[in-house]
Amino acid sequence: MPFRLSDERERELDVILRRYPTRIAALIPALHLIQDQEGWISDETIHWISQRLDVAPAHVKGVVTFYSLFNQKPVGKHQVWVCRTLPCALRGAGDVLAQCEKKLGIHSGETTANGQVTLRTAECLASCGTAPMMQINKEYHENLTSEKIDRLLSKLMES
Amino acid sequence: MLQRTSYLTTNYDKPECWALSLYESTGGYTQAKRVLTSMTKEQVIDEAKKANVRGRGGAGFPMGLKWSFMRPHATKPSYLVLNADEGEPGTHKDRTIMELNPHSVVEGCIIACFAIGAHVAYIYVRDELHLSKARLWGAIEEAKKKGYIGLAPFGVDYEVQVHVHTGAGAYICGEETALLNSLEGKRGEPRLKPPFPAQVGAFGCPTTVNNLETIAIVPTVMALGGEAFSKLSGLHAFNDGGVRLYGVNGHVKTPGVIELACGPTLNELIFDVGGGVLGDRKILCAIPGGSSTPILLPSETINAPDPAHPMHAFHGKSVFDVPLGVDTARHMGTMLGTCCVTVLAEGTCPVLAMHNLMQFYRHESCGQCTPCREGGSWLLRTVDRILDGHGTMEDVNNLSDIASNMMGNTICAFGEGTAMPALGFIGKFREHFEAYVRGERRRADARLTVA
Repeated sequence: MPFRLSDERERELDVILRRYPTRIAALIPALHLIQDQEGWISDETIHWISQRLDVAPAHVKGVVTFYSLFNQKPVGKHQVWVCRTLPCALRGAGDVLAQCEKKLGIHSGETTANGQVTLRTAECLASCGTAPMMQINKEYHENLTSEKIDRLLSKLMES
Repeated sequence: MLQRTSYLTTNYDKPECWALSLYESTGGYTQAKRVLTSMTKEQVIDEAKKANVRGRGGAGFPMGLKWSFMRPHATKPSYLVLNADEGEPGTHKDRTIMELNPHSVVEGCIIACFAIGAHVAYIYVRDELHLSKARLWGAIEEAKKKGYIGLAPFGVDYEVQVHVHTGAGAYICGEETALLNSLEGKRGEPRLKPPFPAQVGAFGCPTTVNNLETIAIVPTVMALGGEAFSKLSGLHAFNDGGVRLYGVNGHVKTPGVIELACGPTLNELIFDVGGGVLGDRKILCAIPGGSSTPILLPSETINAPDPAHPMHAFHGKSVFDVPLGVDTARHMGTMLGTCCVTVLAEGTCPVLAMHNLMQFYRHESCGQCTPCREGGSWLLRTVDRILDGHGTMEDVNNLSDIASNMMGNTICAFGEGTAMPALGFIGKFREHFEAYVRGERRRADARLTVA
């Protein structure tokens, strides 16, 4: 089936387009809408949005590859990002990542075999005062402890 | 003496502190109304200049002066853009404003738009901060419903629209011209300056880019009056006015964010705010304001014997006992940056700490300029080799040379942002690097955490 944006997201895109003096300015918000729906940005959706916004596909591809939050291949149902940058590392980010890798049975950058969880490291997520931290989907989890991590990941693997 | 204030943070501890009703109960939106109904833009800029608000994003450029650069264009609109890309490692202050006091941002936008002749403000928030974005959108909707923003705020014929725009995970978009490209739907690659944003900014139009905290404090500036606001600061004499948010993180007992009169010392931030160092260890070094600002050691002192020197009053003192301000920090050979201090306790391996930061900078370079793109990778590879015990003394020397050659040779300040911390670590902890080369230390024993 050819790609189409859900009706609700189409309406949102219309609202977004009214915020800017150019159509191309809606590109990054539009890519977020696509990724929210599809989980990643495929060549097909790149082609679709390039037509929708009247932007060259090469430009869209350039944008997708520039920003680290756009997935260029399918990922798991849930996204786990462990902040690894210095302020978190000073408070045990290395142990947090190690615990996640062990519990999920994968390395950073991989997805669990059942497709539930993708684990990645993130660069500073502005939670240095509540380190160590990780982001699960759209939520921050801060002041992590071993028990807290265990609980969060168990819940994630089941849901 | 640490001087706590509570202008931005007055409601931080209250339930649903982000709601309009609470903001209004503490005087919210009275200043935007007063400005729009009774002042000229020249008067607003004049107050802003007197307030000596130095930009809260890191560079410390005077806000009022920046506003005064804006000239109306014959055919083009003007824009206000807020930088809330908060991504400088060690920085965690703007998030608190967006989450806990979003209306101060919206009110600041109204006043700033009026002062610079803009009708649209874009708040550029990094995508990961979902709660911040939701709170800002919530505040915008509430203000719209009340008629505080929109076609005629407070009944005055001066349209103000405020929008939140999101990035997609790129530290470089905190650089103002990269941010503008990102706002325009492009790769976040910094632009050559000049032209500066005040001439050619967002969508080719005159634009002021301010840090989010800078704009959030504007209602306070107008409420107190520029001069009175500036005098709250311990560094009023250095033209570094008012109050701002400070953060403490890393190896301290109680990390967090606090609002203070400008000019606390590092020791006050670490001991009075941060509760002291974990395990009561000694301090190895501190990063004063985000990872791009060079480290300071407690053993460093101010050398200003000349009575005419602006730092003479602090001659002979430890840099940890000197008020931190935009200009005083510069005299200490570092930068004030974002005012969020990262503390490294004794026992931390500075080589591993630098390696961690170089990973960050290598990952985040936009890749436009050769010195930054190649230099960042080269620095990381070299530190990696040294940590692995395969480094030579030449490698240690090379680190300084590579970093030095990045300085001033790139389109934006990211090159310096990578080189300055590198030079700080190599210059101040050279013996640690050499110990790895001589085989006296092993990577397996290197730690970033302290018990």
